[in-house]
Amino acid sequence: MPLTSRVRGGALLGVAPFLAFTTIFLAVPTLVVVVGAFVDTGGRPTLANVAGLRQGYILDALLSTLELSLTTAVIGAVVGALLAYAVVTAAPDGMLRRSVSAVCGVLAQFGGVTLAFAFLATVGSQGFVTLYLFDHTGLAVPGDLLYGLRGLGLVYVYFQIPLMVIVFLPALDGVRVQWREATESLGGSTWQYWRHVAGPLLMPASLGSTLLLFANAFAAYATAAALVSQGSPILPLVVRATFTSEVVLGQANLGKAIALAMVVVVAVVMTGYAWLQRRTSRWVG
Amino acid sequence: MTPQRQGVAVRLEGLSRHYGAVRALDGLDLELAPGEMVALLGPSGCGKTTALRLLAGLEDADAGRDVVDGRDLTDVPVSKRDMGMVFQAYSLFPHMTARQNVAFGLRLRGRSSAEQRSRAGEMLELVGLSSQADRYAHQMSGGQQQRVALARALAIEPQVLLLDEPLSALDAKVRVQLRDEIRRIQLDVGATTLLVTHDQEEALAVADRVGVMRGGRLEQIAAPGEIYTSPATAFVAEFVGLTNRMDGVAADGVAQVMRARIPLLPGSVASGPVSVLVRPESVEVHTQRDGEAEVVAASFLGSLGRVRVRTADGAVLLAQVPTGGAGVLQVGDRVSLALRPVPALAVSRD
Repeated sequence: MPLTSRVRGGALLGVAPFLAFTTIFLAVPTLVVVVGAFVDTGGRPTLANVAGLRQGYILDALLSTLELSLTTAVIGAVVGALLAYAVVTAAPDGMLRRSVSAVCGVLAQFGGVTLAFAFLATVGSQGFVTLYLFDHTGLAVPGDLLYGLRGLGLVYVYFQIPLMVIVFLPALDGVRVQWREATESLGGSTWQYWRHVAGPLLMPASLGSTLLLFANAFAAYATAAALVSQGSPILPLVVRATFTSEVVLGQANLGKAIALAMVVVVAVVMTGYAWLQRRTSRWVG
Repeated sequence: MTPQRQGVAVRLEGLSRHYGAVRALDGLDLELAPGEMVALLGPSGCGKTTALRLLAGLEDADAGRDVVDGRDLTDVPVSKRDMGMVFQAYSLFPHMTARQNVAFGLRLRGRSSAEQRSRAGEMLELVGLSSQADRYAHQMSGGQQQRVALARALAIEPQVLLLDEPLSALDAKVRVQLRDEIRRIQLDVGATTLLVTHDQEEALAVADRVGVMRGGRLEQIAAPGEIYTSPATAFVAEFVGLTNRMDGVAADGVAQVMRARIPLLPGSVASGPVSVLVRPESVEVHTQRDGEAEVVAASFLGSLGRVRVRTADGAVLLAQVPTGGAGVLQVGDRVSLALRPVPALAVSRD
């Protein structure tokens, strides 16, 4: 067998576990969701599930999810970008860069029940910060702080900021010092450099990163599920309710329609992210 | 084309710069006449780039000052210095076309769009890239990008042009083409120019004067021919061009080396045993069956050739010969040697 064919065969063999994994846990569930959104409980084709998306509580949850995702994405993007900038302006092999990168790598993946518990133990009604503040300053942290949209926002920002640092650092690293020096030697001020050079160059990357953060929050489930047990203020929890509710049965296919709508939103956002990333990589890096 | 502003005099006085314990520049004094191109040449870490960056205002000196056209610019920020700069590579703004890059300095100065466009057009024509005006950096070759960078630096009609190893990232053929072009354009516009390079051929080919630097100081500054034929120190002789160290005995301004009497350059050790720094082209090689030396290597370099010969006492000498000679001489051939009486520098034997 020719060498190139053997190499190609070897490469296919190497990615086979990944392909199998994504097929079983991504492609098949997506297919189940897509098909399920357009059939009724008896398996007959119907548009009723999609039409059901117009129900008030679903639209409310959609708006809340969009609001939560947008807010945490913007806060995460702004704070994360500033932190990333502080990191790139520090010594390349310095302690600050190494420690921030390592911490962000961990925190960006720190979600779900663990994160929910961390916040409960900190600023929950019996959290140590809550108790400490009350004992020493008389300040009372609202008991329901973590259990509504505001609380979810607070918790989401905790992983959005490190994620922004991780995805935005390569773009900042790609900004060459010569561009700043060239601008200055041509008579430009710092403001002019940011306005005409660094700003436009970083804009696609920062918008793209914000979109990624938006998608990250929009699709987050485990943290919200661990914190919110009463009511379903956001779409992922509405989907949960359609499958687990003991009050209203037979809603599974409506849940699939909601999930499909979420897939569409995330797909649109990620397409925008990919387009902006391509645009940035042409210029920077 | 709009006439360029006349070049101005530049003077660096006692410039020093330290990075921690490292002394990058150690009291550098340097003068450039109006319209002159001076090349600073030296190995990595000799301070040449630091000198250029201090003159540009991109770094602050620990001591000393830079005076341009009689005005002390030491504390003037880079954006107010009116100097055009071409960097090693990758300095074009990647989100702007070549025309927008060239016009950028004028845009920052608030010039009208029409003026920006017309001046950018002139500059791109000057560097031979009118047809590439609407291309982005990633759509141009390295040589084209450096031409655009040069056009951008010149578009603001700078008092001084600073070239920081502008050809080092280019391949050999483009480097030679572009260096000649840079010189032509510099003569055209008459801008006083400081070129920093580690490429001796580049420095010797384009500069009015070449300053050889070592350890943050100027070892010698002179016209290219003088640097080559009359090096002031062993470092200059050995950094610029190729050199043989040959044992000899000096007396009365002459060194006796092999059977030849070599006139000594000023600054040479005047008497006693010395090492004489002899250029390869001063070593004559003749095929001779019972010659005192043996060819140990021969290389063909196009218009000329070089051979290495081992003498009876074991010393290995480099000789430059016409291409025919390098082709004819084979490893193992016996040869006789002779030295041309070309003035050379004599230094103490190590």
